Amino acid sequence: MRHGVARFVIGFLALPVALYLFYVVWPFAQAAGYSLTDWGGYSDRQQFVGLENYVRLLSDELIRKAFWHNVFFLVTVPLFTIALALFLAFLLNVGGREDRAGIRGVLGSGVYKIIFFFPQVLSLVVVAVMWQQIYRADGQGLINGVLMKVGLVDRDNPIAFTNDPEPFLGVPAVLWWLLLIAVWSGAGFYMVLFSAAMQSIPKDVFEAAILDGAGRFHTFFRVTLPLLRDTVSVAWIYLGFIALDMYALVFVMTPSQGGPNHASEIFASVLNFTAFQKGQFGYACAMGVALAIFAILLAAAQLKITRRERIEY
Amino acid sequence: MSTVTHDPGPVGPDLVPPARTTSARRSGSGGRRPGTQIFNGFSHLFLLVWAIMVVYPLIWVVMSALKSDAEVIRQPLSLLPETLRWENFGRAWTEGQLGDFFLNTVLVLAGSVTLTMLFGSMAAYVLARYDFPGNRLIYYMFLSGLTLPIYLAAVPLYKGVFNTGVFFPPLGPNKHLMLILVYVAWSLAFTVFFMHSFFRTLPNAIAEAGLIDGASHTRLFFSVMLPMAKPGLISIGIFNMLGQWNQWYLPTLLMQSVDGESKNQVIAQGLIDLSVNQGYKSDWSGLFAGVTMAMLPVLIVYIVFQRQVQSGLTAGVGK
Repeated sequence: MRHGVARFVIGFLALPVALYLFYVVWPFAQAAGYSLTDWGGYSDRQQFVGLENYVRLLSDELIRKAFWHNVFFLVTVPLFTIALALFLAFLLNVGGREDRAGIRGVLGSGVYKIIFFFPQVLSLVVVAVMWQQIYRADGQGLINGVLMKVGLVDRDNPIAFTNDPEPFLGVPAVLWWLLLIAVWSGAGFYMVLFSAAMQSIPKDVFEAAILDGAGRFHTFFRVTLPLLRDTVSVAWIYLGFIALDMYALVFVMTPSQGGPNHASEIFASVLNFTAFQKGQFGYACAMGVALAIFAILLAAAQLKITRRERIEY
Repeated sequence: MSTVTHDPGPVGPDLVPPARTTSARRSGSGGRRPGTQIFNGFSHLFLLVWAIMVVYPLIWVVMSALKSDAEVIRQPLSLLPETLRWENFGRAWTEGQLGDFFLNTVLVLAGSVTLTMLFGSMAAYVLARYDFPGNRLIYYMFLSGLTLPIYLAAVPLYKGVFNTGVFFPPLGPNKHLMLILVYVAWSLAFTVFFMHSFFRTLPNAIAEAGLIDGASHTRLFFSVMLPMAKPGLISIGIFNMLGQWNQWYLPTLLMQSVDGESKNQVIAQGLIDLSVNQGYKSDWSGLFAGVTMAMLPVLIVYIVFQRQVQSGLTAGVGK
């Protein structure tokens, strides 16, 4: 019997693990190795340089810039997306009946949920190409066109959107415009997530709150929101990964993939530029390893901070 | 419930007899107080505004796809084309090569989604329900793939694929079979993670009964456990389908032409090429038609399966 189990386990794991090792783990391991060399990526010549690439990373102006842009997204993408998603979920659920059967949605909440989810299923590429047309810096763009018609924007001086490196609140305007797209495409999914979590709260919790004389606002902020804590923290981690990976948007939407004038440079864009345009592959690998370590530390920190005693219900 | 916000005990203007509570509950949203009605109006207004912000750009893209080029430039904002120019789609399909992109995408996804679900559930099942040395190690190895940035692996991955292609051409760059296997490998982390938690929740009793009845472990998996995991399989499967349909970085990296043969592009990759490289030469209506054709299938899949998508994803992330 034992023998049969071992054969079964190995048989089931062999192919998936082999594929995973070959196409995922091995490239990562190689990249970590290359990060200690000065390999250019095309020749076979490579020299071991130790931690030199990592030291260089610390004094690289472009990387520092990209790092702060990543931090900007890391803070703003989760913050705005979760705030908007919670607000929409609040309207969707608290606006409706909140009674002994728990929370139910407002009229048409099912339709709203389907619609709000649309951007989530669209490819980032489709979203980016679409927003490229919305953001066009002439009268043909959706936003500029509408604003010109209304007279809010001067015909000779349209909004430049992702071509605008001028700082707004200390951050290049192009980053804010990219942020808007990220929030637009993410809010619906997290709203559905929060709604589902709200509706899984058992009805007796609300019964008790109602009996204690809580109104709908009180119920939401004092009862519902604290019970959503777990879900919100998971959402925060997921959005953190998305914020680290804004590359598709930068790639399609910004001039020279990180421009104008490096105003929208992020880790991934610098990495790709360094590896494939400048041909400094070893150095690019060091960037990637640094990013990976940063991502893992961040996830661990977030888990640690947000983990609390779980409320069972 | 606005009518029950006060304790029925003390005498007050809002005192509500219990009998009324029930009837008010039955009567729906209970807009007895003007504040409630204003609030309900406000929430509907805001929800409507956001819904328009989501849908309007999509409709605008679809409608622009039906305009002539001149019209796209002259009247970019109008939602009603003068005449519906369906030929834009035909042009994008043939000259814009959308037809080829579609065929490649469908060929790749047919293999990759099936294999992802098969291999993913096999691995997840064994890891979730059998105890053996190295179990945790393999599980965490899969899990770590969720956090690592894909760009890091780009060049070694390309090199690996290139070198494999030298020995065994169907697994080289620009080959469908290669892309299928790469998609499977890169989807395993996500799939194993979610199917693992799914197989954990299945009751032990049925598995034991099956074994006592003399089923082999393999048979137990395919004819008992897999059917029981069907809801999970469907929602994770849909997710892999959407994710792989939308994947752009891996194909851009790996479906490059070697020796001058034409690229077997998939849809997302093709669209990026069209928009970034301006391969359309200001054929705006054609670009809009391409975007429309890329987004309609996923929207339709989503609308048909929206219940499974929403419940599956939220169950996966929420728990």
